[in-house]
Amino acid sequence: MEHMVEVRSVRKRFGNFVAVDGVDLNVCAGEFLTLLGPSGCGKTTLLRMISGFETPTQGSIFLAGRDVTRLPPYRRDVNQVFQSYALFPHLNVWKNVAFGLRMKRVPSATIKQRVEQAIGLVSLAGFEHRKPSELSGGQKQRVALARALVCEPKVLLLDEPLAALDAKLRRAMQVELKRLQSRLGITFIFVTHDQDEALVMSDRIAVVNAGKIEQIGTVGEVYRQPKTRFVADFLGAANVLSVQVLSDDGIVTRLGCNGALTLSAPGGQLEPGYSATICIRPEKIRVSRSRPSDDCAFEATVGECLFRGSNHQVQLTTTGSQSLVATVPCQGENDRPFTAGEKVFCQIEDDDVIVLDSTKPRSIEAPSSPSSQERQEAQ
Amino acid sequence: MTQAVAIQPISNVRRPGWRGWGLFAPMLAWLALFVVAPTAILLVYSFFTGEGIGEVDTHFTLQNYQRIFTPVYLDLFWRSIVYAGATTILCALIGYPVAWYIGRAPASRRGKLLMLVMIPFMTSFLIRTYAWLIILHEHGLLNGFLEAAHLIPTVFSHPLNILYTPTAVMIALVYTYLPFMILPIYTSVEKLDPSLIEAAADLGAGRTRSFFRVILPLTWPGVAAGILMVFVPAIAMFAVTKIMSGGHIRLIGDEIQEQFEGGGDLPFGSALGMALLILFLVTYWISAGRGAKELRGA
Repeated sequence: MEHMVEVRSVRKRFGNFVAVDGVDLNVCAGEFLTLLGPSGCGKTTLLRMISGFETPTQGSIFLAGRDVTRLPPYRRDVNQVFQSYALFPHLNVWKNVAFGLRMKRVPSATIKQRVEQAIGLVSLAGFEHRKPSELSGGQKQRVALARALVCEPKVLLLDEPLAALDAKLRRAMQVELKRLQSRLGITFIFVTHDQDEALVMSDRIAVVNAGKIEQIGTVGEVYRQPKTRFVADFLGAANVLSVQVLSDDGIVTRLGCNGALTLSAPGGQLEPGYSATICIRPEKIRVSRSRPSDDCAFEATVGECLFRGSNHQVQLTTTGSQSLVATVPCQGENDRPFTAGEKVFCQIEDDDVIVLDSTKPRSIEAPSSPSSQERQEAQ
Repeated sequence: MTQAVAIQPISNVRRPGWRGWGLFAPMLAWLALFVVAPTAILLVYSFFTGEGIGEVDTHFTLQNYQRIFTPVYLDLFWRSIVYAGATTILCALIGYPVAWYIGRAPASRRGKLLMLVMIPFMTSFLIRTYAWLIILHEHGLLNGFLEAAHLIPTVFSHPLNILYTPTAVMIALVYTYLPFMILPIYTSVEKLDPSLIEAAADLGAGRTRSFFRVILPLTWPGVAAGILMVFVPAIAMFAVTKIMSGGHIRLIGDEIQEQFEGGGDLPFGSALGMALLILFLVTYWISAGRGAKELRGA
């Protein structure tokens, strides 16, 4: 498929601070791509370089095959929806939406038709003569959207556009945005720090951390197969454990967790003796009162049990005092499926143990010299 | 999807109680004593009959106003309007970029830059005007520098003849009133949300159109305040014109001063003052009301 946006080894430095540190990114035509990351990770800077408000220190940006790296924003076929909406306060809704077309010197008959269409698209018919100050947050959001979409951009850039809305409205707008995007077929690049938002709307997610893309993939890939601890932690809840590889027969890898717990993972990925970091999603831990037939089950004590509407979040401590968090679907009318202090049995499928990374054991990696602590003990 | 919307933004402003009026009272007293009362006296005097050297007869007459509409005084008014108008335009053209620069500077530097704008206020106004005499004089600093640097084109007189010309008056007027233009525009520029400028660029507006379609309409309140604060005092300017023009150029302010000082025609001076007041009100109406609406409704 043709790439609508190509970001090639782009770096952006502000003084001594490197905001974007060598990013490569291809966005396909008609795709909904989300840049997900914590604040200050560089996702907004990356977006602003695509829209033209920032110029990369290094690297280049292509839009539909054309190098736009040095083009000012008004010469690019992209439009942005701003976090603060940035509606022109001196113009009414109609004039706000018509602004872009006027700047492009579109004939006024066409402007009239396209503006009406855009306002209809975001269901704001009847509000044409309102000033932005007379609109609610959600309505402002729609005007901002209509104002950008009416220009028929090749790519629509959205900078945390839903951040200022309340939770209910935000969820409704998520669905609506996604619907709009698939209907119009415009490429969307969406910046957010909200993982739920990213999961609901995106075709692909690029998880950004410290100026770099940690992982990019479809929503399912990134959620099911996080490649780093950061991705696992940031996208969805995760139990991240440090383990030692005990054995690997090619089919099953046995992992020991500080002697507290032994887990199995699909074999063939790790060498015995290595230490590794693994991730287990809370919903993948099955918790039951009765001992399952599976011999891999392990015992744990229930700590806190939190009701979260559709499920319960259960804090567990295994016999070797390893903490885990599990989510248990709500069944029946029990407010608390387990009581604190109760002994339960946990089961984790091999396939649900995700290996994030592995390192050689210390003895291989570093020349064996006794640590300072060991020396002290020897004296 | 569409929710109910309050048509009018809800106002949190309470009507001030007596405590509020108490806080405002000094201002009211000041206005009453030094603005309303003198204006009322002026109004009454303007209908009296002047009896020559400082003498006033309390007979009602419209003669003073009729006299304003004679060519001599209409000419004087017209010249004052032209000088004040030119001063306002020049101040706006010079002041806007300066105000923009200060308003867009990092917040930590804005205070220092504003200080620079206000430094001239620390010296007496007359001293500053006399300083211009030294600078612009035939053998003054400016000519000395230009001659030494051979910067005067041959078509001009050597040395440059600036002092005691309209140019000198304009220099003094613009110099005096520039801060009054910069400060209100700065306030508007500082409040302008930078993402609006980005939005304009994003929607295809180049620098020029971004300025005229977004930046200027949104900073217009500052410009309007600046126009008011420059045009109104500039039109009534006196003394400086006399000093800088060597007495060749008289504006309405000089005329009024002469009528009140040294045994002039007090009622006629009052009528001139009232005419000036009407001119101020018109200026205010144009800059704050109609003009602003026209620009904003773009």
